[in-house]
Amino acid sequence: MTIQEAEQTWAGGLRLEGDVLVIGGGPAGTWAALTAASHGARVVLADKGYCGTSGATAPSGTGVWYVEPDREAREEARQSRFGLGGRLAEEDWMNRVLDRTYENMNRLSGFGYPFPKDEAGRPYRRGLQGPEYMRLMRRLVQKAGVTILDHSPALELLGDAHGVGGARGVRTQTGEAWEVRAGAVIIATGGCAFLSKALGTNVLTGDGYLLAAEAGADLSGMEFSNAYGISPVFSSVTKTAYYRYATFYYEDGTEVEGAGSARGRSVIARQLLAGRQVYARLDKAPEDVKPLLRVGQTNFFLPFDRAGIDPFTDLFPVTLRLEGTVRGTGGIRIADESCRTAVPGLYAAGDAATRELICGGFTGGGSHNAAWAMSSGSFAGEGAAAYAHSLGPLAGRRELKGLSSTTVTAASAGDRSDRPKEHIRAVQEEVMPYDRNLFRTEAGLRASVGRLDGIWRDIRSGASSLGAHAVQAREAAAMTATARWMYRSGLARTETRGMHKREDYPEQDSGQHYRLRSGGLDEVWVQPEPLRKEVAAQ
Amino acid sequence: MIELISESRCVQCSRCVDVCPTNVFDKGEDGIPVIARQSDCQTCFMCELYCPADAMYVSPDAEAAAGVTEESLEAQGLLGGYREKVGWGPGRKPVSAHEYMYQLAARSIP
Ligand SMILES: Cc1cc2nc3c(=O)[nH]c(=O)nc-3n(C[C@H](O)[C@H](O)[C@H](O)COP(=O)(O)OP(=O)(O)OC[C@H]3O[C@@H](n4cnc5c(N)ncnc54)[C@H](O)[C@@H]3O)c2cc1C
Ligand code: SF4
Ligand code: SF4
Repeated sequence: MTIQEAEQTWAGGLRLEGDVLVIGGGPAGTWAALTAASHGARVVLADKGYCGTSGATAPSGTGVWYVEPDREAREEARQSRFGLGGRLAEEDWMNRVLDRTYENMNRLSGFGYPFPKDEAGRPYRRGLQGPEYMRLMRRLVQKAGVTILDHSPALELLGDAHGVGGARGVRTQTGEAWEVRAGAVIIATGGCAFLSKALGTNVLTGDGYLLAAEAGADLSGMEFSNAYGISPVFSSVTKTAYYRYATFYYEDGTEVEGAGSARGRSVIARQLLAGRQVYARLDKAPEDVKPLLRVGQTNFFLPFDRAGIDPFTDLFPVTLRLEGTVRGTGGIRIADESCRTAVPGLYAAGDAATRELICGGFTGGGSHNAAWAMSSGSFAGEGAAAYAHSLGPLAGRRELKGLSSTTVTAASAGDRSDRPKEHIRAVQEEVMPYDRNLFRTEAGLRASVGRLDGIWRDIRSGASSLGAHAVQAREAAAMTATARWMYRSGLARTETRGMHKREDYPEQDSGQHYRLRSGGLDEVWVQPEPLRKEVAAQ
Repeated sequence: MIELISESRCVQCSRCVDVCPTNVFDKGEDGIPVIARQSDCQTCFMCELYCPADAMYVSPDAEAAAGVTEESLEAQGLLGGYREKVGWGPGRKPVSAHEYMYQLAARSIP
């Protein structure tokens, strides 16, 4: 098929124009859409799944980094994870995010989110229940006049000499192609959990990283990508926080020494690696806390109730599921305070963007991610709306082309239709094992990088046909690219910092107190980025 | 994984088809949705939550199909119920507003 024919195929589907296109409809995407619309932009939001139920927050709920603007409380909040994150965060960014999160959470109250009340009857705003929160966000986005395209994954960005100006994708329920031209595009596609089935994360395959890199943007902190969550073996619910109430056991009922939900996760991983099943029981939960726990995270208990297990009294087998960059911190590098990327017209927010700015090399969940999603979303919404308006008459006169590095055509993909599945399985074999990703070594990372490069070459050598098949092919490409940036960055950081653990370099090295930028498609590159001295907090 | 759509309970509203993030369902010819791509299910329970008729059952196991029957689920009282726990549906109070939410947070912060 010629390029012209391919162009016509895309043109045959749904075509829309707007000022701002938001790709992804989780908290970051919905805050971005809402904010851009309130700044007078015509906004289109496209989600791979359904805006309101899709992504990591929707089925879960999150603690939120909501801190009163009190000097001491704010100082404590800034310090809380600064050391743990390897001192890579920036004070300015922490302050901006704390301010914006505070503001946005208060606005949510006004919008009708039913916060619980404290003893004094004041709304208690440090957490959000995912289903309730995201249902409300969808309503607000609709009310703001945003056009929502559900079940519409983006497959490639559009761009020209002026930068990025739209995207294309497919509508998975009808098979129709879509194209949106817009002055600015915000990538809010979440992180990458490599189809591990950790709660709500199977739509998160690193698509946004790949889209951005294809347009010429770079990434940062990709070595901080090895978060694993504890879940029962028979369930997808990775809510590690509740395992603070757990004791871990071997089959014979003896305790696993040193195992825990915070620092003891590695101990669990080592036992599992050695082929020993680990069990848990929430026997450290005080009697009076049990009913609170049941209400606090309703769906934590759903699997147990259905499997006929009482987690407070019965032992149940556990595993560690990869949550990758979802609870890691790496992502698209942010170039300025408007959440712009290195490419004009392209913005990034939420898990798709690096969170090193506020938590360095460690999130592991717990509040920072949710705060980042809502505040970076609204920064990007403002930035993108302003940028789109600044384009003026240029907006209508652009010569946009698809930027995908892999070919998506209307022709049949022939006998390659099973390739994406094979690629996905092959990538999972590199990133899921604890002894490759959690406990990293030079030899292990090198071997993986070699195999991942081979997968990438195979992907690049073929085309995939437009439709459901293309979605999976792009997911395979995005997962492969993500893994390559992760492991090349992991190789470059010859120390242990944040969540990046090198078995061969177990100490933090003060000589490597910098961030790592990465990028590139066929040739992956990694480069240290010195911290700006004046903004690094003490 | 999603295991079952109860034909007797389903009111054919297609909400599950709309809301499933991984597009597991197809619209059925008779109006009752079909579980068309079960292995794509990520066990997020969102379809169950949005189903107004408590007509769906998502088994907790994310890797393999459990092969349940409607009768056995009914007998064990396992069909539906997630909506009730989350406080969704007419006349229910959302669990988000429950005073335990605050009490738990107050207890957990060291
Ligand atoms: C079990 C669990 C518990 C967590 N608990 C906490 C917590 O307590 N506190 C905390 O701060 N954080 C927590 N997190 C992390 C938090 O959920 C995320 O940081 C947050 O959801 C990020 O929001 P987001 O909008 O960037 O991404 P998401 O909410 O993941 O949304 C991304 C959206 O992009 C869409 N998308 C993906 N690819 C494409 C594409 N190609 N085209 C179009 N759309 C696309 C997806 O469908 C999805 O809707 C938790 C995560 C998990 C998995
Ligand atoms: S549990 Fe989630 S992924 Fe599975 S069918 Fe229901 S909505 Fe879809
Ligand atoms: S949401 Fe429930 S009632 Fe509606 S179509 Fe689906 S199964 Fe039937």
